[in-house]
Amino acid sequence: MLTIPTLKSKPINLSYDIPISRTKQFWDGLKEGKVLATKCKKCGTLNFPPAADCPNCYSSDIEWIPLSSEGEIETFTHVIVKPQSFQEYEPYTIVIVKLKDNVRVLAWLTDTLIENIKVGMKVKLQVKKSQEGVLTYEFTPI
Amino acid sequence: MFRRVAIIGIGHSKFGVRQDVNVNELAFESIKPAIEDAGVDKRDIELMVLGSVGVWYEEPLPVVSIAEYCGLSGVGLLRTEAACATGSAAFFTAYSAIASGQIDVALVVGVEKMREVDTLTAIELMGRAGCYLWEFHNFGITFPAYYALHATAHMAKYGTTEEDLALIAVKNHKYAAMNPNAQFRKPITINDVLSSMVIAWPLKLYDCCPITDGSATIILASENKVREFKVDTPIWVAGIGYSSDTVNLSKRSSYVGLYPTVRASQMAYRMANIEPKDVELANVHDCFTIAELMAYEDLGFCRKGEGVKLIRDGEVEVDGKIPVNVDGGLKAKGHPIGATGISMIAELAKQLRGEAIERSRQVAFRKYIALAHNVGGTGHYCYVTILKR
Ligand SMILES: [Zn+2]
Repeated sequence: MLTIPTLKSKPINLSYDIPISRTKQFWDGLKEGKVLATKCKKCGTLNFPPAADCPNCYSSDIEWIPLSSEGEIETFTHVIVKPQSFQEYEPYTIVIVKLKDNVRVLAWLTDTLIENIKVGMKVKLQVKKSQEGVLTYEFTPI
Repeated sequence: MFRRVAIIGIGHSKFGVRQDVNVNELAFESIKPAIEDAGVDKRDIELMVLGSVGVWYEEPLPVVSIAEYCGLSGVGLLRTEAACATGSAAFFTAYSAIASGQIDVALVVGVEKMREVDTLTAIELMGRAGCYLWEFHNFGITFPAYYALHATAHMAKYGTTEEDLALIAVKNHKYAAMNPNAQFRKPITINDVLSSMVIAWPLKLYDCCPITDGSATIILASENKVREFKVDTPIWVAGIGYSSDTVNLSKRSSYVGLYPTVRASQMAYRMANIEPKDVELANVHDCFTIAELMAYEDLGFCRKGEGVKLIRDGEVEVDGKIPVNVDGGLKAKGHPIGATGISMIAELAKQLRGEAIERSRQVAFRKYIALAHNVGGTGHYCYVTILKR
């Protein structure tokens, strides 16, 4: 094969320290086995992913409430070709689920065979520890 | 009232793996022919707008670098970002500057050098281009996966099949084979698509656009300058529409279409004072086969859920009711993210002038109306541009 001449650039290693002070309750909630959302005390909007400021009425007066744990799969995919930072993982299934409280959550679906997964299937949301030992949330079949 | 604006020059590089050139040299490949095509002097250019997402190549300030390389330092410079709709956003910016009366002549260039990083890093960077924290960080979503989520929903609701999606790939490869600028020049079969490796189910390798290097350039001018330069066949910008949607897919209420396409196209149709049935050629955003199918429906070329009829019945072929992506589309011409929108619009201008490269894919116009539909991300941004000769 023909090799095209190139020059190697200086490498950079980019990693960000993402601030979570204003959503700390969410990360603390995972430790207690809860997946929390924010509810605006002024207009009642329920937000997931959680938001410290209400996108609807701009109030920052919010409360933290647990999401309903059951819902139905609206759509799904199996990721076979994975990004660089997920190379250590087996192929995984990503679902978008509409929960009973009308909030949608995107997460992995685990503990089931691929051929059993269908749109409309009932699943439950729960806190899990990732392969890297980090707390996260996933869906499993009911 | 806004002033009329016309396309007076176009240029296009060869798309593909272009490690034979750096970002400046690649931009030059479309800037030089566009300026020559317009018949202007480069000193006539007042504003240069670059569409480029960057990060996959070494220059952090590419528009400054490209301007110097092309002897344009001194003109107004800016760069736009709207993910895969970056090119159309750049076009809109230059259009607005002329329409408003601020300037008379602008150069819009889209360029992307995506092949300077390895494939897995490119997949990583694209996967992060949704909501990093809530979609990528824990769940490793990829770009094909975003569209696969739409394909699954469309299949479940309307009975669309993997074979239907394969037909779109086959069509676009067929036209890319007739386009010397395209990345892929080989026709493929339905079986090639269906038997290719699964990337993110139900999407397979041949349902996905490639990772591409390329550039495209357009010169825009005000009506006064069109007369002053005695331009033979100006192509007028008749309508532009734009819209957006949430960064998190989970914040949306449906996955069988992209609402920003509906809203942006209605806005553009209104401005151009036309209806979807008046469009005689469309270049739509087919980063994945499902994206083209949803575009037929969301642009109003058919009713929701009936897009498969257009592809099954050949209505989107060059001699059909509404030819779509007869340059090969993103799918087979290639998708250098920042250049794609400019490439689409340049291609339509070429077709409207009757100058399609290879006559076999020249559309026979009656009304001379064409539409470019450019989506950024997974409907995160959308621009629709309507041209008239
Ligand atoms: Zn509120």
